[in-house]
Amino acid sequence: MFYREAGDFKTSYAEDNQTFPIKFDRYRYYAVMFAAFAVVPFLINDYWVNAIFLPFLIYSIAAIGLNILVGYCGQVSLGTGGFMAVGAYACYKLMTSFPEVSIFFHVILAGGVTALVCILFGLPSLRIKGFYLAVATLAAQFFLVWLFNRVPWFYNYSASGQINSPERTVFGIAVTGPHTSAWATYLFCLVFLTACALIGRNLTRGMVGRKWMAIRDMDIAAEIIGVNPLKAKISAFGVSGFFVGISGALLFAVYLGAAEAGDSFGINKSFLVLFMIIIGGLGSIFGSFAGAAFLVLLPVLLKNVLVGVLGWPTDMAAHLEFIIVGGLIITFLILEPHGLAQLWRVAKEKLRLWPFPH
Amino acid sequence: MKLKLATLALGATMAAAPAMADLVFPSLSYRTGPFAAGGIPFADGYADYFTLLNERDGGIGGELTQVPECETAYNTEKGVECYEATKDSGALIYQPLSTGITYQLIPKVTADGIPLHTMGYGRTSAKNGKVFSHVFNYPANYWDGASAGVNHFLEKSGGSLEGKKITLLHFNGAYGREPIPTLEALSEKHGFDFNAIPIDYPGQEQKSQWLQIRRERPDFVLFWGWGVMNQVAIQEAANIRFDMENFMGIWWSGSENDVKPAGDGANGYKALQFHNVGNDYPVFDDIQKYVVDSGKAAGAGDQIGTVLYNRGVYAAFLAAEAAKQAQKANGTSAINAAMMRDAMESLEINAEIMTAAGLPNFGPEFNVTCTNHGGEGMAAVAQWDAGAASWSLISDFAPADASVVGPLIDADSAAYAAENNIEMGCN
Repeated sequence: MFYREAGDFKTSYAEDNQTFPIKFDRYRYYAVMFAAFAVVPFLINDYWVNAIFLPFLIYSIAAIGLNILVGYCGQVSLGTGGFMAVGAYACYKLMTSFPEVSIFFHVILAGGVTALVCILFGLPSLRIKGFYLAVATLAAQFFLVWLFNRVPWFYNYSASGQINSPERTVFGIAVTGPHTSAWATYLFCLVFLTACALIGRNLTRGMVGRKWMAIRDMDIAAEIIGVNPLKAKISAFGVSGFFVGISGALLFAVYLGAAEAGDSFGINKSFLVLFMIIIGGLGSIFGSFAGAAFLVLLPVLLKNVLVGVLGWPTDMAAHLEFIIVGGLIITFLILEPHGLAQLWRVAKEKLRLWPFPH
Repeated sequence: MKLKLATLALGATMAAAPAMADLVFPSLSYRTGPFAAGGIPFADGYADYFTLLNERDGGIGGELTQVPECETAYNTEKGVECYEATKDSGALIYQPLSTGITYQLIPKVTADGIPLHTMGYGRTSAKNGKVFSHVFNYPANYWDGASAGVNHFLEKSGGSLEGKKITLLHFNGAYGREPIPTLEALSEKHGFDFNAIPIDYPGQEQKSQWLQIRRERPDFVLFWGWGVMNQVAIQEAANIRFDMENFMGIWWSGSENDVKPAGDGANGYKALQFHNVGNDYPVFDDIQKYVVDSGKAAGAGDQIGTVLYNRGVYAAFLAAEAAKQAQKANGTSAINAAMMRDAMESLEINAEIMTAAGLPNFGPEFNVTCTNHGGEGMAAVAQWDAGAASWSLISDFAPADASVVGPLIDADSAAYAAENNIEMGCN
């Protein structure tokens, strides 16, 4: 009914291999892209951008990055917060050192710097696996935050150790600093998210991604069939670090406007992004979106319902929010351990067969 | 994706702003999280004072006040969300009670034209109104606090700190690091040894820090803590029998919550204050009568007279006075954020105003000007009496060492102005 394949003929391998082989899916994707790029920018205001869209877009990038490392390559990482901090501080140093360069390039360069740092901390992954690697990356988290607190060069010797993003523009339109318009910051982050999602999706369904997945599923078997574990693991760390760095740079420069290593990029951030991909679905690009949406939007929605509509005291609402979100996470993971992406996949399968299940 | 869109659509209907009729003083409070012990009494005091004005006087100048609360949990991202959610409701002033959130909001409020009052916290160099047009930190700031603390130690050691050792035990974040430049400058001026020991968030574990203090035996310890780390530090100090006479906290480390867990061990602990302590003021009788007894209290109504409740009342009182002066200056009772900002910039708090509000001698007298958004930086020292379970001021309100603090403020604000292309105002 909803996913009719009848009449949807493929006449070449390219058509058969496309990301959305079903026509309905493909049109839905085009519709979403059209809405995101051409409709939403005209409708949003400051509240929508700052409370809902920017965190969703930015955390989606981080989730895609971590999903490549954990979900596709199987290298457990608890250092996401630290790597986001690398992106943020790299972007800050670049912004203040080269003010005349467009912020667009600074964000990409910040991703590059983070990729290098991430590779560095990924080197032990050749020797250690699983929980041991998680602990090694946890060390990266604490070391990086400590480093950014400790060395005044990173925060340009300011009195409090906070970093502030000055006004920077793309094509003459401010995307950082206080005088931004809602649509500009939204589009800026959306462009990065779209690019990251496209790159991520295409990497993971190509040879690189297959090597990652082979390493994830059984590294010895992968080595026997000719996958070089060094290259596979290091490339996963590099690509993941690149995306996570971009998200950190955007989080600091566009969304928050000011940041501090311990406060904005603490261990909580690592867990938050990890929960996003676990709930969304490991090894799925759509899952990264779904998980980010779940953990960013649900608390805001609950707060608006409980406080704004029902008029409950803020502290009771905040505590109830913990209970509801926590309870939903547990429920989801019991009912569907593979996350929201798997739920969506199952729903699609069912809809394709409906109304004639077999 | 459909689910997501549905969620967003539902969110849209939920995010609708409240009616724009009254004078709105949003409260970005935190009643949860590791700093809730400090956030709850402050938020209660802030809300109760405005409720009192509504109940007793019919609002400010005939306009009812509204205090919409938004829970931040001391988290900067939630703070930004709260600011965006409330700013279109006609918000007159923001007081987020968090240095981290203050840093995020400084550029935003300046662009939106809403004043930000960070009383005794936030960015110290915001005192320079030439650079920070919409940020106010009267009556005192951290650097005033650091200077007042050193002045007190100076007095205690007979006018000279030559060869003495002063340690700063501080929260390892923006808030705790703020006083370091001042203390370094003061150590050069007075010739004492200075070192800083950081405590990481949230600070429930301080064994290593106190081991270091035990080894180095500083003559005096200044303490910049907040939330749960305060009581841990005071307990640890009591455990190693550090002389409480020589242990002094900033005003955020000097409430009942911080000293009571240590029992008698906390006797003699000192803390700086920029307003008075105790519940011996007419306003508290009115709050009891009009707010608590009629069941309109923001919290449980059991915090009246505690240090942080008083601070919430004081914050609300300063905001209400600015609103009153704005109404007078503009000849209208329905003021907006721009009028509020102008009134804050010419705010004058004297003994008469404080007495009229039922708070005689509650804080120092001060004036705000275009170039000076921080007042005179008066601070006093309070001491805890464990036997009587009460704080009392042991000194008068005295000004900070402007010859040290002033140049630092100029330098830091000039750096901020250069980084952000801000033109100096107040010509």
